[in-house]
Amino acid sequence: MKFGVVVFPGSNCDQDAVDALTLMGQPVVKLWHKDHDLQGCDFILLPGGFAHGDYLRTGAIARFSPIMNEVIAHANRGGYLMGICNGFQVLAEARLVPGVLLRNLSQKYTCKNIYLKPQSSSVLVSAGLDKEQPLKIPIAHGDGRYYADADTLKQLNDNDQVIFRYCDETGAITDAANPNGSLENIAGVANERKNVFGMMPHPERAADPLLGNTDGRLILEQLVTSVLA
Amino acid sequence: MEIIDQNPAEQASAAALPTVETARKLGLLPEEFERIQSILGRQPNFTELSIFSVMWSEHCSYKNSIVWLKTLPRDSERMLAKAGEENAGLVDIGDGLACSFKIESHNHPSALEPYQGAATGVGGINRDIFTMGARPIAQLNSLRFGDLNLPKTRRLLRGVVKGIGDYGNAFGIPTVGGEVYFDECYNTNPLVNAFSAGIVEVGKVAKATSYGVGNPVFIVGSATGKDGIHGATFASEDISAASTEKLPAVQVGDPFMEKLLLEATLEIIASGYVIGIQDMGAAGIICSTSEMSAKGEHGMIIDLDKVPTRQANMEPFEILLSESQERMLVVVEKGKEDIINGIFEKWDLHCAQIGEVTDTQRLHFYRNGQLVADVPAHDLVLGGGAPQYHREYREPAYIQEFAKFDAATVADVTPTEIGAVAKHLLTHPNVCSRRWIYEQYDSMVGTANRGTNAPSDAAVVRVKTPDGKSTDKSIVITVDCNSRYVNANPYVGAQIAVAEAARNIVCSGGEPLAVTNNLNFGNPYVPEVYWHFVEAVKGMGEACRQFSTPVTGGNVSFYNQSSDDGPVFPTPTIGMLGLMEDTNNRMTLNFRQPGDAIYLFGQSSNDIASSEYLYSYRGVKASPAPAFDMEAELAMQQALNKLIRQKLVQSAHDLSDGGLFVALAESAMAGNLGFDIQTATVGGSEAFRLDAVLFGEAQGRVVVSVSAAQKEAFESAVADSGVPCVQIGAVTEGAFVIDDQTLMSVADAKALYDNALGTIMA
Repeated sequence: MKFGVVVFPGSNCDQDAVDALTLMGQPVVKLWHKDHDLQGCDFILLPGGFAHGDYLRTGAIARFSPIMNEVIAHANRGGYLMGICNGFQVLAEARLVPGVLLRNLSQKYTCKNIYLKPQSSSVLVSAGLDKEQPLKIPIAHGDGRYYADADTLKQLNDNDQVIFRYCDETGAITDAANPNGSLENIAGVANERKNVFGMMPHPERAADPLLGNTDGRLILEQLVTSVLA
Repeated sequence: MEIIDQNPAEQASAAALPTVETARKLGLLPEEFERIQSILGRQPNFTELSIFSVMWSEHCSYKNSIVWLKTLPRDSERMLAKAGEENAGLVDIGDGLACSFKIESHNHPSALEPYQGAATGVGGINRDIFTMGARPIAQLNSLRFGDLNLPKTRRLLRGVVKGIGDYGNAFGIPTVGGEVYFDECYNTNPLVNAFSAGIVEVGKVAKATSYGVGNPVFIVGSATGKDGIHGATFASEDISAASTEKLPAVQVGDPFMEKLLLEATLEIIASGYVIGIQDMGAAGIICSTSEMSAKGEHGMIIDLDKVPTRQANMEPFEILLSESQERMLVVVEKGKEDIINGIFEKWDLHCAQIGEVTDTQRLHFYRNGQLVADVPAHDLVLGGGAPQYHREYREPAYIQEFAKFDAATVADVTPTEIGAVAKHLLTHPNVCSRRWIYEQYDSMVGTANRGTNAPSDAAVVRVKTPDGKSTDKSIVITVDCNSRYVNANPYVGAQIAVAEAARNIVCSGGEPLAVTNNLNFGNPYVPEVYWHFVEAVKGMGEACRQFSTPVTGGNVSFYNQSSDDGPVFPTPTIGMLGLMEDTNNRMTLNFRQPGDAIYLFGQSSNDIASSEYLYSYRGVKASPAPAFDMEAELAMQQALNKLIRQKLVQSAHDLSDGGLFVALAESAMAGNLGFDIQTATVGGSEAFRLDAVLFGEAQGRVVVSVSAAQKEAFESAVADSGVPCVQIGAVTEGAFVIDDQTLMSVADAKALYDNALGTIMA
């Protein structure tokens, strides 16, 4: 298993993703957005940041970066693809996952620790996680309010595609624990085929013991274990 | 050589050259105009006069401050660049690594256009760091605003915070700390000081120089527009109603461009073909061409037609003075042009060769094939021909009034009043949680901020090597200045700013290394204002010598005053760099477990002078600086540093705004615990005033907590140190208890403290 982290101009969490995966002993390379070669990677990660300045709309330009042709083909072949934060916004713009990310209800960029409750038992990112244990993970975004129309939402729930929901410290999924106004506290979703995953929170920012929080490592470990299995 | 004047107004009136009146309008004194004529040996044309006016503005030349700045200590064995020698200070942090760090103001632009003013301040300070080849790893900011009850102040705060956030967040470097104070003296003139620190390998530092006849000169990054023209001159005037007419003097920032410029700049420096590089901040192309040429003792021929511009028909002086953001001037080895072009092409940035290096030591600028300016580089710059003035200074009358303060005229708090003062302080904008602000900043990108899950008095940021390898080191950084103290006594107040910065670093487990300063004052031509400046610089110099933290550079911002409100409090902000060699020396401010003993470490005094309590609760504005003994402070810090290394304390938090009560409350809230203390323990036999014990801001003190298992070893180590230390109580489960009286639960305190600012800003 080889990981590839795409670097768009304006990506700024690419190195953090590389560091977190390296910390877990995974081979990982960076993929430049102007290239057309996935370098044999099995798992592609679109990192956080402000790809192409997020001008026009978050993720709107990045989806047209040259390498996205190969990334989309990879996903359509059933290859693993994950977007974190800005990466999730790019996936949504590319219609690789259902729904959109709107401006936070507060109208403000927000960076803080929040809690997540793992949801899906069939998506490999969350399948093996303890569904009762809230995970403390940082968010850092201005446009993270998940939205989808009623039919899409129903399909997401019926098909077990919701990976994470925002919750409080005790695990209760409440309005007060929703940091951006996301529909049904949704923090992460998978596509119907369950090989493409998007989430706003940053597990890679909570992977190194030196920083005093390794809840994000649980998510990444789960992901690595299940794709290797 | 014939000089063609391009100023259209004057072309119309034949060959009329600018007069002393034009010079005055550009901010030059008559004697400066004469000096320019004697340097050139002829009358300057408008372009040349504009060049001198910006290069000799306070902002670029430090003409009214340099005489005093030279008295600051600048040397230590860790200094790799002396103050003013490079774009930012450079400190050896061991193992082949250096930290480049600096603070800079963007006060005047932020007063008019808070969002862009603050954003471009962040952009400018980061360019100063990466132009040296250092990758920025952390940012801080120091902010001052007026009365938060005024809608205007809230608008400024909202704009500045959003500006810092939008720029820094997209640029991708974490904002890991800072400070903000509110006082009506800043109603018209807010202060926005931005700090950045980066890491570079020793020996791979890029220089701001230029040499080698025939070497190409490139301008890279954004195109040049009409924004920010005469911005440096604008920053060198008082703010008035007419200032809004200078809106074009405020620049517009593009953090995406800055991010690309960062990556491309580090790549070209790594190529090894860069002779010299300097960012374009104040005074744009003219500043970078003249400073680099003067330093390398060479000249340049520049063709302004080749500068990529945003709009047509830009005059030569506009191209030269434009402060368009996200640009760099680069001199590279001849023959390596393709390599440099290739790197900028990869990042989709402009990269245009605009001239080459000459041996004339003069700058020749051409437009449409004609020479439009011919000036000697050396005479334009600080340390060269730029003027240096000794300004008159005089102690303001109020100082003696403040000194007459007698605490006996102020009623002490009664035990039943403690709760009311506690609530006042916990919700006061100068004390309450800054959460509403810092949650708008990305504080975690880069996975290096060790404060996210473990708060401490200074920010602790781990150091990775430029190729991404982990090290055991962290830098420990802070910005500090209580300007109320400085106003009460500039000499002592500036010393306290240095001492507090060092204290914050020591409390976090670091060792103070060096200082960058941001000297924010009013109009230097007012003798009373200049006295503030002189006294503050003297005090700061003395403290920096005492704490062995030389000044590596910084920024002077004068003219922070208005016709309506007069000068701001003198605000000599200290940005301090500390180092933690060993990861395990990390110390945090949160109480750890119930039952731990709480000690007050350092000498207390029966003093309430200049405290937030006295100033805003009692409404007494006139009092001297709080008690401060520099030698005792240093001894306390050295002893505490040792106790932390010996792993004898569980938490450490310094006493500052709001005194002992606020320090205890903050340690308790951060640990979600309570405390139970006896006030009589503090004064001992001297029986201090109750308000002095709880809310006095006498300096040089720290609240530490110690586990039961280490109590004996701690007390024995303290006795050896000779530093006064008294156990005042213990950590408890969940309430604040003072002299057996329960004030509030930790949950209630948090609700007050955490939400105060957000409630005001809602």
